[in-house]
Amino acid sequence: MWLKFEQRPEPSKTMSYLSPLLAVALMFLSGLILFLVLGKSPLEGFKVFFLNPIKDSYGIAELFLKATPLMLCAVGLSVGFKANVWNIGAEGQLLIGALVGGGLALHFEGSTSPFLLPGMIVAGALGGMAWAAIPAFLRTRFNANEILTSLMLVYIAELVVSWLVHGPWKDPDGFNFPQTKLLSAKATLPLLVEGTRVNAALLLGIGALLVGWIFMNKSFLGYQMKVAGQAEHAGRYAGFSAKRSVWIGMLAGGAMAGIAGISEVSGPIGQITEHISPGYGFAAMIVAFVGRLSPIGIFFSSLLMALLYMGGEQAQQYLNLPSSISKVFQGMLLFFLLGSDVFINFRLRLVRRRK
Amino acid sequence: MGLNFISSILFATVVAGTPLIIVALGELVTEKAGVLNLGAEGTMSVGAVAAFAVAHHTGNPFLGILAGMAAGILMSLLFGISALTLMANQVASGLALSIFGVGLSAFIGKPYESVALASVEPIRIPLLHKIPVFGPALFEQQGLVYFSWVLIVLVAWFLYRTKAGLVLRAVGESPVSAHSIGYGVVKIRYQAVLFGGAMAGIGGAFMSVFYTPMWVEGMVAGRGWIALSLVVFATWRPARVMIGAYLFGGCMIAQMFVQGSGVRINIPAQALSAMPYAATVLVLVLISRNRSTIRLNSPASLGQTFLPDA
Repeated sequence: MWLKFEQRPEPSKTMSYLSPLLAVALMFLSGLILFLVLGKSPLEGFKVFFLNPIKDSYGIAELFLKATPLMLCAVGLSVGFKANVWNIGAEGQLLIGALVGGGLALHFEGSTSPFLLPGMIVAGALGGMAWAAIPAFLRTRFNANEILTSLMLVYIAELVVSWLVHGPWKDPDGFNFPQTKLLSAKATLPLLVEGTRVNAALLLGIGALLVGWIFMNKSFLGYQMKVAGQAEHAGRYAGFSAKRSVWIGMLAGGAMAGIAGISEVSGPIGQITEHISPGYGFAAMIVAFVGRLSPIGIFFSSLLMALLYMGGEQAQQYLNLPSSISKVFQGMLLFFLLGSDVFINFRLRLVRRRK
Repeated sequence: MGLNFISSILFATVVAGTPLIIVALGELVTEKAGVLNLGAEGTMSVGAVAAFAVAHHTGNPFLGILAGMAAGILMSLLFGISALTLMANQVASGLALSIFGVGLSAFIGKPYESVALASVEPIRIPLLHKIPVFGPALFEQQGLVYFSWVLIVLVAWFLYRTKAGLVLRAVGESPVSAHSIGYGVVKIRYQAVLFGGAMAGIGGAFMSVFYTPMWVEGMVAGRGWIALSLVVFATWRPARVMIGAYLFGGCMIAQMFVQGSGVRINIPAQALSAMPYAATVLVLVLISRNRSTIRLNSPASLGQTFLPDA
């Protein structure tokens, strides 16, 4: 007797919702094992990593603060992923958005115009879109694989940030630290709850989830994107343009990542530095997959991903473990999700071993 | 520009190109079997840290290479379980491997960040290494550099001159036909994936044990992704991988060119560091521009999941 995968007559809807939960459960379980292997008490480790970060209201506010850029990036990416447009360069688009939006604030330093902040956010979105337009153009015009080009542009974006903060944009009174001047109060996103760091960007994130939901479920363009992803030939037969899917997918991802970038700069960071993002653009891909590319799912998975980031900081502080343990958990989560997804299309059957 | 300068440029280009050759050839074999594994960056990173740790504790760089290879095989096994056994999307599985590997290497590598490794003496080929200009670049190198050249010949011979290579290519072109005449598609793809992982692990080992020699988080710095692009650049042909690898190797040492040329031009260091990434984009555009080049050369089933019973 052995186990064998047998294709289901049609994909199981139930399993497609259960699979992320199974993946999270498996991640928790392997977390316990990981702490044991590292010579820590598993329960203590679990408590420090997953519970401590959100034990008080300040922690919960931080959770929403960190979830904001993740949900922004993920909802943008999900539009492209639905159409099999693989933009894996959200991290770079986030950085360029932060630079363009932050650059606007530095250029109009001292401005008290009420349009400054909205202008920065628009500039951030445009910056992210411009960076995403490069792989979109290269794909539609020259057939160049967008996976590789969008990723290469992440490294280039990091170097652009590094050059600006070490060179032309460095704060002259900043003791030679590689960072720009602090943004003025008028160029800073207002706080939602006094005494915490959670700011208006969260509203932008939730707004983006709503817009994303309407676009994917209520608009003809969104429908075309889904068809293009699920049945390429059917989409082509119906006359849906594949090039347009690439452009929409890439630009949506770029715009949202750009807004995420400027929200960090005009929010918790307050200036442009070399450390704008701890890999939010990459983690957002996991958020999008775990959230089943749906805005509601993305809302919850971005909170989970934010928890993994905070858990890493706690583990560093209280367990003496490197904070990169977050990324180990992130990677495990995606693997478990991909593995669990097999049950959407297949079921396990006991069969007699063939002679 | 003196001859000494040209000689050291050639030497550094070969060194910088070596991990790219090894990793790209591994990925080439994987892709020839129809599997797109985007996890090279993560596999290289874990290979690099495993090799560094073992070389540090044993004092034996050769054991370091073996450790890098073993780590690479284990990493690609994860990919195989996901993409081959559990039939998950190959692009997503590869991304997962890269994210996981880069994170895992940073986690494991933390204690080794302040450790230095003794540099390993190169293997000098008697007499030949004394040839002016070319001698050091070709005949006074680390063992893995010579290995990379042997590997090109071996991979080309395997793919085009052996029956197993023919079967592997058949699996990549048409898994359904290969399956129907009795070849185990999943098994062959597993072997190809594990070979790719082993090579990515060795490529990582070269980085941390011989090239730098040290471990810093993020030291692979996109070389895994560049190696993937190199396979496209080489239009899936082993010999062309070498040309591309040395082209990129040359880009990676652009800093050296500028410093050595003696020309006082004010280029930010970051612009020079961006060269290999920009060159990768450029090369992808040049090669992909002609759609038929890609269509004729890429394995027909590349990236598609094979369902044994469908």
